[in-house]
Amino acid sequence: MEILSLLGNGFLVAFQPLNLALVILGCALGLFIGAMPGLGSVNGVAILLPMTFIVPPTGAIIFLAAIYYGAMYGGAISSIMLGIPGASTAVATTFDGRPLALQGLADRALITAAAASFIGGTISIVLFTGFAPPLAAVALAFGSAEEFALMILAFATFVGLGGDDIPKTLFSIFIGLVLSAVGLDIISGQPRLIFGDIPGFYHGINFLVLAIGIYGIGEILWTIESSGGDVNVSQATLTFRRLIEGFRGMKETIKGTLMGSFLGYFVGILPAAGATPGSLMAYGVAKTMSKDPDSFGKGNIEGVAAPEAANNAASTGSMLPMLTLGIPGSPTTAILLGGMVIWGLEPGPLLFVEHAEFVWGLIASLYIANLFSVLLNISFIPLFIWVLKLPFTILAPIIFILCVIGGYAPTQDLHDVWLMFIFGVVGYLMRKLDYPMAPAVLAIVLGPLAEPAMRQSLIISNGSPMIFFERPIAGSIMVVAIVLLLLPLFKVIKGALSKPASGSQA
Amino acid sequence: MRLAELVMAVVMAIFSVYLMWKSAELPIGWIPREGPGGGAWPFWLATGMLVCCIAIIVRWIRRTSPPSRSSEPYMDKTTIKLFVVGAGSLGVMIAAIHIIGVYFAVPLFLLFYMRYVGRHQWITTAALASATPIVSFLFFEIVLRITLPKGYSEPLFYPLYDFFF
Repeated sequence: MEILSLLGNGFLVAFQPLNLALVILGCALGLFIGAMPGLGSVNGVAILLPMTFIVPPTGAIIFLAAIYYGAMYGGAISSIMLGIPGASTAVATTFDGRPLALQGLADRALITAAAASFIGGTISIVLFTGFAPPLAAVALAFGSAEEFALMILAFATFVGLGGDDIPKTLFSIFIGLVLSAVGLDIISGQPRLIFGDIPGFYHGINFLVLAIGIYGIGEILWTIESSGGDVNVSQATLTFRRLIEGFRGMKETIKGTLMGSFLGYFVGILPAAGATPGSLMAYGVAKTMSKDPDSFGKGNIEGVAAPEAANNAASTGSMLPMLTLGIPGSPTTAILLGGMVIWGLEPGPLLFVEHAEFVWGLIASLYIANLFSVLLNISFIPLFIWVLKLPFTILAPIIFILCVIGGYAPTQDLHDVWLMFIFGVVGYLMRKLDYPMAPAVLAIVLGPLAEPAMRQSLIISNGSPMIFFERPIAGSIMVVAIVLLLLPLFKVIKGALSKPASGSQA
Repeated sequence: MRLAELVMAVVMAIFSVYLMWKSAELPIGWIPREGPGGGAWPFWLATGMLVCCIAIIVRWIRRTSPPSRSSEPYMDKTTIKLFVVGAGSLGVMIAAIHIIGVYFAVPLFLLFYMRYVGRHQWITTAALASATPIVSFLFFEIVLRITLPKGYSEPLFYPLYDFFF
């Protein structure tokens, strides 16, 4: 009951005219950003975060969360119409969405994607509302040792479940953490890593500089390269009758949608995992659960419903650890978390006590964002298809300009713009060699939180590192993290053991 | 691709060593009863970077990572051209901001990019190149009160300041 009254208060916050307007604007912008090939929620949130200093923090984060939400819906549009995923979170949607569009069933795929997103979103927000307060209550007992253990767990998730090249993933984490250490040493106050005695380094490297560099400039360079050829937009005719038919057809896909919603939500909660693995896993499970797995990849409507439900559910799920524990559940929430720190909202369990209005306002705004995203999505499908035809030579320079101004605004120092440019170019060159970039962005956000947590713990324990293992909660989190870190190693050993055996048989 | 993989790993290894050396300006050892010194955190992380680079180089020698096996070029001619034009014009624009300020660098950049790269019509190009600085001035300087860098073009804005503030 208490939760319901808190949620009611949240709705009062979310229904304030400014906040409501921001939700709707955020959803619309998110849909556009998601629909543009190459740009996803993380790019939109990183590039637009500096623009949100105009409104109060609650409004700003409601706006960014709405973009996150809208982008999950929008991603499906270019996946289906172009066969190019609108964002990495919508990769799984192309597998069956594109074949359906080529068969002339684009409208059916688009409606199913929107409806599945809505169901996934709704289920996950209800779960979120129920889970968040008890989790925050437990997290109130957390000290610096537990916080540090959780951050180790977030990095371990990348290594154990990320699926990228292990040394390159680790490298990306390390470089992000080192870059976050530039500036003044927080404990002794001494300057450190001031490269070439350039004064701009004294205020440290803001996470936005790296995030906009990689997700703005780097991403556009990447898209310029990959979209060099012509794109082919499918036709979609949408009438009211076909809309109703599309919704009737949802019955066939309800199993996959529900499975995707729950799976996506729980994958989303895992630190650092996010919506991309969530939707890919949902696609895989839907395929194995299906009576007719061979039809997947050739235009099975369930192959659209499951990943779309999952990516929306995961985006909500990934906000749970961000709000309750202060650990982002996805790259986008890592940037949101960094934004909250700038706005003076210290993420973590205390948020539920000290800024209850903000937390519940945000949760309530997710309900509203979910509703508006589906309405805007279905009513403006023709408009979004028009967006896909917008030439990239107009979009690219405008996004570059937004990046430059966005990189300048927080510190008002051109030094940061140059750094952002360098990060963008180097990030692009490294990404071409399969270096994952998300761990570095997560690391630069978590670095300034992880280092004090570690050093404070060590000061408390008189310098004994056993503090991370002796406290029950910290200890168990550390054990899980270590297992995740060693997971790839087990695979290597298993592979090495089975190789000679199979070799001798052959 | 194979050469690029090695070059990147070596460059990053050198960068790691530089970071380690730079971190060592502060105590990197263990201060008794307090824990690590101020430079220890970045020092050991940079060491971690170096270890990763060595691992990448080892995998390059053994040809276990996909880029070290790939015979495709890292960047073909078209890609190099797109990259140089894209990143280059952006770099020139940032440099120009120092001298002529945002409100002149931005339209020039749009003019170049849309006309030379995009081959858009003059009317589209001109509309966007003139609208963008006006919108950004109203949004940033007036609404957000963030002064964007103007370089030597600053005096031109005095009448506008008088008008709005």
